[in-house]
Amino acid sequence: MKQGVIWRTLYRLASPQLFYRTSGRCLPWLTVVTCLLFAYGLLGALVLAPPDYQQGDAFRIIYLHVPAAFLSLSIYTTMAFCAVLSLVWRIKLADLVLKNAAPLGAWITLLALVSGSVWGKPMWGTYWIWDARLTSELLLLFLYLGVIALNRALGTRVQANRALAIVVLIGFVDIPIIHYSVQWWNTLHQGASLSLLAKPKIAPSMLYPLLAMIAAFMGFFVTSLLARVRTDLLWVEKRSKWVTALVRE
Amino acid sequence: MNPVRRKRLTGVIIAMLGVAIAIGLALYALRQNISLFYTPSQIVSHEAPHGRTFRLGGMVEKGSVKYAKKGLLVSFVLSDLKKTATVKFNGILPDLFREGQGIVAEGRLNNKGIFIADTVLAKHDANYMPPEVKAALKKN
Repeated sequence: MKQGVIWRTLYRLASPQLFYRTSGRCLPWLTVVTCLLFAYGLLGALVLAPPDYQQGDAFRIIYLHVPAAFLSLSIYTTMAFCAVLSLVWRIKLADLVLKNAAPLGAWITLLALVSGSVWGKPMWGTYWIWDARLTSELLLLFLYLGVIALNRALGTRVQANRALAIVVLIGFVDIPIIHYSVQWWNTLHQGASLSLLAKPKIAPSMLYPLLAMIAAFMGFFVTSLLARVRTDLLWVEKRSKWVTALVRE
Repeated sequence: MNPVRRKRLTGVIIAMLGVAIAIGLALYALRQNISLFYTPSQIVSHEAPHGRTFRLGGMVEKGSVKYAKKGLLVSFVLSDLKKTATVKFNGILPDLFREGQGIVAEGRLNNKGIFIADTVLAKHDANYMPPEVKAALKKN
């Protein structure tokens, strides 16, 4: 019985009209929370956190690099989840979320790669090396670009959504590879400083601004994704009654 | 769940498993090519390539770094806690290079079994802490 209620609520939320109204109400709050998180995160990253014993002030790139890298994986995971919703349940909203998340994911992945490269030169001694972590992350950028290109090429054809969802799901294999690359193979990239189960390998005074920055990046992603999907939704549903009514208002 | 959706979901799961297994096997077959460096143990057991360039990784052994009186020539011993290999390098070392640090050197073995490096890159670990904490840790 209880399961039935959850499914029904989810189905209702996937209705375009209800999604448009609910997301419209959430957006201002999300924007404010994201700005606050960025304010604390940036202050903490640039001022409050002490320099590292080994890397000095250069370690502060972590506050850009780790949130970007984390988000690049989360965005693709979101897209893969939407792909399943689209393939199995044929939820139209899932297709819109998938398409609109791809450009955001591509930019964030580029940011992770560039910030990592800038960090690599002073610490490792090189901007780039073809180790497993860096290569699989570069592959992720190409996956995002592939999804964007395929979406542009297929346009509004009936089979387009299914093709996109299948491509996204096949590419999803890269996500665990990126995550575990530093454990499975010898790499120049170090292991993870943060993990759900283990004690963080970063001092608390440096950790809290990092967590705030990760939350801020997530907030930025959700806010801009909602804004993009809402605009797209109006366009896709332009012939429906509720959009006509909305425009008349 | 209605039967049509259940069928589609099973299809998606089976296809994903197939792709994952295929890629997993490919990566497993290519594991030595994907790994960035060989270890000193692999040199000792003759798994490392002879007569061509490869990368060697390990920790710089304490007290093993010797600088030449003139010029940039430096020699040190790399260890993977089991076996060791001697490395010679003529160039500028990265800032993080020091005894006890993990490094990756690119170069080739000479006839005497000494690794002649063309480049030396520093690895750094996943630990971050303020200098005071590090100093306190060292005292204990």
